[in-house]
Amino acid sequence: MAKSTFKGGVHPPYCKYTTGKGIEKLPVPATLYVPLSQHTGKPAKPLVKRGDEVKKGQKIADADGYISACIHAPTSGKVRTIIDHPHPVLLMSDFAIVIEPDGKDEWFEEPLERVNWQESSPEEIVNAVKEAGVVGLGGAAFPTHVKISPPKDKSIDTVIINGAECEPFLTADDRILQERAKDVLWGAFLIKRAVGASRVFIAVEDNKPLAIGKVSDVIKEFPSFELKVVKTKYPEGAEKQLIKALTDREVPRGGLPMDVNCLVQNVQTAVAIYEAVRFGKPLIERVLTLSGDGARGAGNYLVRIGTRFLDVVEMTGDMSDDVIKVINGGPMMGISQYTLEVPVIKGTSGILLFTQKTARRFEEYTCIRCSKCVDVCPMGLLPLMLVDYIKAGRFTEAKEKYGLSDCMECGCCAFVCPSKINHVQWVKFGKQELRRSS
Amino acid sequence: MNTIIISLLLTLALGLLSGLFLMISFKKFYVQEDPRVEMLLEALPGANCGACGYSGCVGYAEALAGGKETNAAKCGPGGQEVADKVAHIIGLDTVSIVKRVAKVMCNGTKENAVRRSDYDGVKSCRVADFTLKGDRGCVYGCLGFGDCVNVCQFGAMFMGDDGLPHIINEKCTACGKCVEACPHDLIELVPLDRKVFVFCKNLDRGPVAKSYCKVACIGCGLCVKQAPEGAMKLEKNLVIIVDAEKVDEVADKVVGVCPTKAIALDEKFAEVKTV
Repeated sequence: MAKSTFKGGVHPPYCKYTTGKGIEKLPVPATLYVPLSQHTGKPAKPLVKRGDEVKKGQKIADADGYISACIHAPTSGKVRTIIDHPHPVLLMSDFAIVIEPDGKDEWFEEPLERVNWQESSPEEIVNAVKEAGVVGLGGAAFPTHVKISPPKDKSIDTVIINGAECEPFLTADDRILQERAKDVLWGAFLIKRAVGASRVFIAVEDNKPLAIGKVSDVIKEFPSFELKVVKTKYPEGAEKQLIKALTDREVPRGGLPMDVNCLVQNVQTAVAIYEAVRFGKPLIERVLTLSGDGARGAGNYLVRIGTRFLDVVEMTGDMSDDVIKVINGGPMMGISQYTLEVPVIKGTSGILLFTQKTARRFEEYTCIRCSKCVDVCPMGLLPLMLVDYIKAGRFTEAKEKYGLSDCMECGCCAFVCPSKINHVQWVKFGKQELRRSS
Repeated sequence: MNTIIISLLLTLALGLLSGLFLMISFKKFYVQEDPRVEMLLEALPGANCGACGYSGCVGYAEALAGGKETNAAKCGPGGQEVADKVAHIIGLDTVSIVKRVAKVMCNGTKENAVRRSDYDGVKSCRVADFTLKGDRGCVYGCLGFGDCVNVCQFGAMFMGDDGLPHIINEKCTACGKCVEACPHDLIELVPLDRKVFVFCKNLDRGPVAKSYCKVACIGCGLCVKQAPEGAMKLEKNLVIIVDAEKVDEVADKVVGVCPTKAIALDEKFAEVKTV
């Protein structure tokens, strides 16, 4: 099998220590904080108020507009209040529905197998996905129902199921492929049906032999499905890079994968779609990886949305005392947290706890123009110029001349920089200033 | 020999022609320039700092000469001396200007303000503010990375050991660059002779504010009662000085009642070290 890849990228230490750890289900914590903004797009509108009784899987917040997603109660209980709570990715606090579980964990509607679910029409699939509040579980959390209903003038011929999981430490997708390969493929089957594609690629990096073995076993039952082993390199799992590696098509600047007739979905999203269509089960839990040298109970866990990081850490056997850095997501693109109060949201692919030993701090020096960042940039940008322009406050020029908006913040530049410049933070800042000025 | 004469004549003719051309164009395209602009430029300090609100000294001089600007006292670095000269040149009445200086309205030193996290990113106030509003518990206070110090052209600011920027009043020209640079709008230009200030911009409720800063304004309103009617007011858990002169008259009383010393006399800062 030829291993395809893209230009640029880096090889961070992969540290996939938890590949061998099976997915464990965590109990429901004492309190759940379910943020209203768990997806790209407008925050959901709450449907419940203080004191309401909710059942597991009941819709507690409705999608506000097209690019938005609804949110369901992760367990049964009482709504204590709706408060401003620290948010793991928004860089500020945001509204969250606080639910006190009653311990019964009763379903609002028991997920039952639907008849003839394999023959669902595209509309039915999109609708089921929308009602289940499924969003991209790879991290960006883009509402899935939008992704799988492309506009009329765009046709999709290739569906790519993204199991590359190039972020170091994270093994959640890897475990999903090992344990639920068939569900992933059924999910892919439904996506293919929804968009009318002709072929499906399952992309896995070559450092996950167990997952590859498992997928190649079950893939025979699905015609027009193909397992593609890609080279282990960061960021192989980035949408545009994966499309380039598998189909040799290049997504145009500012464009979407559908512009080159592709659709990329994460493996966990595929499972969520499968569950939504087959059983009508809403997205109320997800698999995440707890890892890092500060985590005593490192492993892969099935966690209810809204569980605080603190609860996850406590339920898995605490952390060592010298943890100085907590990251939501992977070490390359994840966001460090200032409190363990933040809840797990739909896009939380991992919780990493690092001690003094691994989370080293560096002083930022001046750029020495070595252009290492240019060599590794998978988007073909000039990170050094971007940072220069942003520092000077010339945001529009940075966008027009150097493609500020094209940066996907993968962090390869910051990873290789000998001067330890925080390119990604500068770029994020620049993008925000750009939004504010327009 | 002939060649020499021809070339000489030719050069002469060319010289005459171009001279004539220059003379005509000089007469034809003559721009009436206000001689006062030149005089004003000589009077102005030439710092091009922009404190006057124009792009530089030339802009201000032209506006003054053109009659668009009638305030002769806009030059911060120049002070009284330049204002007098400018007024004299333009023929405006002399105005006495009160020297203004920049002042940081936060006393969240390393000791006073609690940190909630260990920030490890770009050392810039604006970037830190965008990233979770910085590392201190108080999201209204000084971030302490010195964006204001970096933009000061006059060397009038420095970062103190206490983690706050300090202003050297003698050097400050009230150009306002630091005011713009501060993402939390903590710096204000105030008359040098003002005495009492509220060194806090915190809008959180009292107990919350107190939990992360020893010198936060907790909005108790004790000082408002001490001051004359309408001189101070409480707004969003924060005391605001409305009439500085009236408050200055009862300075000791107002400062004395503050339980957190958020409202204080400026002298407290005047004694602060130089670099």
